[in-house]
Amino acid sequence: MTKTFPIGGIHPDKHKIAGDIAISSPGLPEIVYIPIKQHIGAPAKIMVNKGDKVKVGSLLAAADGVVSAPIHSSVSGEVIKVEDIIGEFGYYEPMIAIKVEGDVWEDCIDRSDEIVREIPDDCEEIIAKIRSAGIVGMGGAGYPTPIKTTIPEGKKVDCLILNGIECEPFLAADDRLMQEKGEQIIIGAKILNKLLGIQKAIIAIDENKPKAIEIITKLTKRYVGVNVRVCESKYPQGGEKQLIAAITGREVPSGKLPIDVGCIVQNVGTVFAIYEAVMKNKPLFERVVTISGDSIEKSANFMTRVGTPASFLIEKCGQISDNLGQIVFGGPMMGTSAVNPDAPITKLTSGILLLSCALSDKQPETPCIRCGKCLDACPMGLQPNAIARAVRSHNLDALQELHVLDCIECGSCAYTCPARLPLLDCCKLAKMELRQHQTKK
Amino acid sequence: MLKISSAPHMSSPINTSTIMRDVIIALVPAAIVSILFFGLGALTVIISSVAACMLCEYAICRWLLHKKSTLRDYSAVVTGLLLAYNLPAWFPIWMILVGAFVAIGISKMAFGGLGKNIFNPALIGRVFLFVSFPLQMTTWPKPKFLDFLYTDAQTGATTLGIIKHIDVKNSTEALTQYSTSISELPSYGQMFIGYTGGCIGEVSALALLLGFGYLLWRKVISWHIPFYYIATVFIFTSILWLTTKSPIYDPIMHLLSGGLMLGAIFMATDYVTSPMSTNGKIIFAIGCGLLTVIIRLYGAYPEGVSFAILIMNAFVPLIDRFAAPRVFGTGRK
Repeated sequence: MTKTFPIGGIHPDKHKIAGDIAISSPGLPEIVYIPIKQHIGAPAKIMVNKGDKVKVGSLLAAADGVVSAPIHSSVSGEVIKVEDIIGEFGYYEPMIAIKVEGDVWEDCIDRSDEIVREIPDDCEEIIAKIRSAGIVGMGGAGYPTPIKTTIPEGKKVDCLILNGIECEPFLAADDRLMQEKGEQIIIGAKILNKLLGIQKAIIAIDENKPKAIEIITKLTKRYVGVNVRVCESKYPQGGEKQLIAAITGREVPSGKLPIDVGCIVQNVGTVFAIYEAVMKNKPLFERVVTISGDSIEKSANFMTRVGTPASFLIEKCGQISDNLGQIVFGGPMMGTSAVNPDAPITKLTSGILLLSCALSDKQPETPCIRCGKCLDACPMGLQPNAIARAVRSHNLDALQELHVLDCIECGSCAYTCPARLPLLDCCKLAKMELRQHQTKK
Repeated sequence: MLKISSAPHMSSPINTSTIMRDVIIALVPAAIVSILFFGLGALTVIISSVAACMLCEYAICRWLLHKKSTLRDYSAVVTGLLLAYNLPAWFPIWMILVGAFVAIGISKMAFGGLGKNIFNPALIGRVFLFVSFPLQMTTWPKPKFLDFLYTDAQTGATTLGIIKHIDVKNSTEALTQYSTSISELPSYGQMFIGYTGGCIGEVSALALLLGFGYLLWRKVISWHIPFYYIATVFIFTSILWLTTKSPIYDPIMHLLSGGLMLGAIFMATDYVTSPMSTNGKIIFAIGCGLLTVIIRLYGAYPEGVSFAILIMNAFVPLIDRFAAPRVFGTGRK
C-alpha cells in the first residue's frame, strides 16, 4: 500500500533522466568560491585571511551563535580572496575564494570506503561532532541540524522519518545516494535514533524509485527498527508536513512544528552527512548534485565539493542546446533561476537544471476563470486565487483570514493555473506583507 | 542569453484555451444529433449563434474597449454553442443576434469579460429571448431523421410542455385529456437518443453524456455538479412519483426531458459562475436540482433548468465563502 498526503497535490512530468546514472566525481575546479552563509540563521564568522593555506576539511568560518553553522574548506590550496561575490540568488554574498593546489585532506578525516557500524555511546559527543561538521538540512531549508536533533523541554518524539521522496522533477541526487550509500544512511538513522532516544526510523521513498526501494528494503532487514514506507509519486509528497501526514496520519497544526506532533523529518542526504561526520570525522563540504534538464546533452550526478562553480559542472555534461531558457539551482518547482552560471554549489544545492524555453518560459497572464484547480492542487487547503486577489488589493484582513502564512510555497497552484496567474509569487508577497504588518503591530 | 523568472519553472500543459477547446469538443456529439434530427434548422441556429457571439466579443474588445481581442481563448465559441443549444430549430436569425448581444455584451463583457461575470452568459441570452419572444421560443419543430432541408416540419409540444397541461383534478374531461396527452409523450428510448421536440442541443441525453465522459476523461470538470444535480432531480421526483403514482412526476422522464442534461453537464459546471470548492459544488448542484423540480412542477413555466441555474449563480459568492476548503492543520471536522 502506497501512502500519500490527504489534500491537494499535482502530478508534473517526472523527467527522472538522472535516476540511473551513478554518482561520479567531476574533478576539481581551479578556484572554489565558498559562501559563508549556507544555512538559515547567522552567517558564519570568517576565521581565515587572504594568503592562508588550507586543507580539505579545514575550518574556514565558525558558527556564530546557536542558529548558525560552521563552514569548512572543500579543497586544499591558498585563500586568494575574502570578498563579496554574486551567488546563486544574484545578490552579492561574502565568500572565501580558494585557489586549488593538490588534494590534501585534514588528517583526522577517515577516507577509507569501509563502513563503520559502531555507534559512539556518548550522545554529547555525537551532537558535538554534528555541530562541528557544519551539518544543515540538505533538503533545501538549510536549518542547522544540531538544533533539530535536540528535543526541547516538554516535547516528546516518537517518530523519525527519513525523507527519501525527492518529489521535484529531474532531481535524482537523493535517489542515487540511497542506491549507493544505503547502509550508511541506515547507520545514520540509528545514530539519530540514539540521539532522540527512540527505537524506530522510517525511510520514506516514493514509488518512482523502485531500485532505491529494493536496495534499502534489503538492507533494513539487517537493522532492527528501520523500515521502508513507499509513498505515492505525487508532488509535494516530500514536503515535511505532507510526509508526516502520509506516514503517520498526523497533521502538524497551523503555525506549529513537526516536533509538536512527535515527529522529526530528516532528508536522506542530511542523514548520510551525519553518518560521515560521526563515523568518519568528515565535515560537510561535498554533496551529490544532479545535473540534468532538457537542454543539456548528458545528465549526471556529481559528488561535488561545495564552492564549485555551477558552470564547471555544466561543462562536464556535453553540449548545451540552443533552446536553453534558464539555469535553475534546485528543482524546477521550488528552485531559483540563476543570474550567474558561475555561482557556486552550496550545501543546499540539490541540482543544476538546464531548462529549455519551451519548458520554462512564463506564458502571459490571462483572467482568472475561477476554475478552482488551484484549490484542488493546494496541499495546505488554501485558496490561492483568493490570496492573489487579496494581495493585489492589499487587503490584509482577508489575507489573515485566508491562512496565507500556512503556505509552504510548493508552487502547485502556479503550476496548475490554466490562466497562468503568478499565484506562488502572490502567496510569497502576501506572506511578506502580512509578516511586516504583524511586526509593525 | 539566460532568462530569469520566479518559481515554479514548469507549468501544466493545460491552459484556458485548451480547456475551452475541450468543452467545444465535448459539445460536438450534441451538434451532430441536432443536425441529424433538425437538419438545416439546427445548423443555421448553431452557425449564426457562434458567429454572432464571436463578432460581438470582437467588436466590443476592439472598438469599445480598444484592447486586444480575447477571441483566442475560445470562450465566445462556447457561449455561442450553448446559446444555440438552448434555442429551437429554425429560430429567427435576427433574434439570435439579439440573444448573442445580450449574452456576450451585457452578461459577460459589461461585467468585465471572461471570469468576471456573475451569471452564465448563454443562459442570460436564452432567458432574455424567452421572455421577449415567448412564441418563437416555444415553437418546437418535430424531429425528422436525416431530412436535411427540413422545410415542411410540423411543430409540436415538448415532453415537459405536455405534462404542464395535464390537469391532475379528477374530472371525466380531465381524464380524457389525460390519456390523449400521455399518448403524445415520447418513449424513454426516443428521449434518450433525442428523437423528440425541444431545443436543438438539449434533446439527446446520449450525446450529452458522451460529452460528459469526454470532459471527465480530460479532467475539465469534476463529476460532482452533474451527478448531484441530476441525482437531486431524480430523488425529488421519485419521492413525488412514489407517493402520488402520477405520470407527471415520472423521474426517468424528468431526467431525460427538457434542459436537465445540458444544464447539469455544461451550464451548471461553467467555471466562472459555479463554486470552486468540492463542497461548494455539491451545495450548488443540490440547490439547482431542487429549484429545477420546483419550477417545473409548480411554476408558470414548463422548463426550470435555466432559471434554477441562474438563481444559484447568484448564490455562488456566498457558497464559496461558506464552503471554503479546510486548511491543513486547522481543526478536523
